Amino acid sequence: MIAQNFEYETPSTLEEALELLADGAKALAGGMSLIPLMKLRLAVPERVVDLRRVPGLNSIRVAEGQLHIGAMVTHYELESTPLVRRSSPLLAAAAASIGDVQVRNLGTLGGSIAHADPAADYPAALQALEAVIRIAGKGGERAVSAAEFFVDTFTTALEPGELVVEVSVPVEAAGTGVRYEKCEQLASGFALVGVAARVAKKGGKVSMARVGVTGLAGSSYRAKNVEALLEGTTGSAQDVTRAAAAVAEGKEANSDIHASADYRAHLARVYTARALRAALGTAG
Amino acid sequence: MKRSITLQINGKTHTDEVEPRLLLIHYLREVAGLTGPHIGCETSLCGACTVTVDGKAVKSCTMFAVQADGRDVVTIEGLASNGDLHPLQTAFWEEHGAQCGYCTPGMIMASKQLLERIPHPGEEEIRHGVKGNLCRCTGYQHIVNAVKAAAAKMGA
Ligand SMILES: Cc1cc2nc3c(=O)[nH]c(=O)nc-3n(C[C@H](O)[C@H](O)[C@H](O)COP(=O)(O)OP(=O)(O)OC[C@H]3O[C@@H](n4cnc5c(N)ncnc54)[C@H](O)[C@@H]3O)c2cc1C
Ligand code: FES
Ligand code: FES
Repeated sequence: MIAQNFEYETPSTLEEALELLADGAKALAGGMSLIPLMKLRLAVPERVVDLRRVPGLNSIRVAEGQLHIGAMVTHYELESTPLVRRSSPLLAAAAASIGDVQVRNLGTLGGSIAHADPAADYPAALQALEAVIRIAGKGGERAVSAAEFFVDTFTTALEPGELVVEVSVPVEAAGTGVRYEKCEQLASGFALVGVAARVAKKGGKVSMARVGVTGLAGSSYRAKNVEALLEGTTGSAQDVTRAAAAVAEGKEANSDIHASADYRAHLARVYTARALRAALGTAG
Repeated sequence: MKRSITLQINGKTHTDEVEPRLLLIHYLREVAGLTGPHIGCETSLCGACTVTVDGKAVKSCTMFAVQADGRDVVTIEGLASNGDLHPLQTAFWEEHGAQCGYCTPGMIMASKQLLERIPHPGEEEIRHGVKGNLCRCTGYQHIVNAVKAAAAKMGA
């Protein structure tokens, strides 16, 4: 399992990286998705642009109520950095649930979302968090929402030659309950189905509910129908079950050797209810 | 096509000309002559090839040698100091944490990472810490025991 030959570049500025990426080159972050594909020769880039020396992509900072995370921040950094655990416990939980320690040590937030595996963990959290993804290209920068970013299986809003530079999520308000629940495919750790939930209560009623789903369909999505069914209720066990029952409605569920479409839809309902119940349990 | 890389391996500086596509595991085994890290699956799943790069456990079959340029690599060969085995090595020996031994170098490197981050892990934490390492022989229980024994010794 040897990759096809390629040129290896380690640019030291973002401009240089974007220049090198212009004609069909591949960016390399943690390599946890790209290198296996190159070894299988499913990816045969002629040039690989390693982002590890590009400054500014490793920062984690809070400004104006938002947590900003550089594209090259690793899963391990997200799961272990106190500022992230405090500001976005949901994102930290999604990071902690990925693969194994060796994968989390190298894999990055930017690489994971750019790869857009339909069973990846971050997308569920980013949908529920209504994250904003900052993208840089030779023509300048733009920002898109998670809902716009994740288009389909292995397909995002990124244009060729563009890079994810930063992901921003809200600093979680006190009293918001969050939970990421995933049914893991045991051999790989990927999600058969993963559900991220955020809820807040006011005056005994659910005042805010956000639900992000991964693994079920070709792309992650925000289950707005579930949110609408739950908001305004008291969040009782019955309310949760009724709302969660709608999670797969209108979606074409994936089917593969690990789980049939029906089973995935069933899992989505069960894990949505679990995630919501747990999130409600800590909301106050 | 080839590039020059310079890195530390087990405290020694190595400089070599390598093709960018050369995997770190092949570089370690075939160029640097360190056959401690094993190749099990070659598909990023078994962890037999685990080494540390700048203190982080990685699967060296899923990193190109050029990515390790300028970095500090430690393999299982680098754990003993002056002929004294690392407490994890002794514990794997004493607790029968190895049977055929194929997974052992990777298991120990992943366990080392675990003990650096969680000095006194519980059973669940140990199993979580070596989740990326497969063993076809032991059934894992003796590995868990070995990591616990090493933690006790290192904490003492
Ligand atoms: C054994 C194993 C188990 C895994 N289990 C899980 C799991 O349970 N859940 C999960 O979610 N993931 C899992 N993964 C995938 C892992 O999370 C990867 O880290 C992630 O998918 C890719 O991130 P990376 O930094 O390694 O990117 P790379 O592999 O370096 O790159 C992936 C793709 O993104 C592009 N890219 C990288 N960075 C950028 C950027 N900043 N802007 C634009 N494009 C970019 C690359 O060109 C490439 O096409 C697993 C991987 C392995 C090997
Ligand atoms: S040989 Fe590297 S993970 Fe199996
Ligand atoms: S001891 Fe044989 S594979 Fe673990």
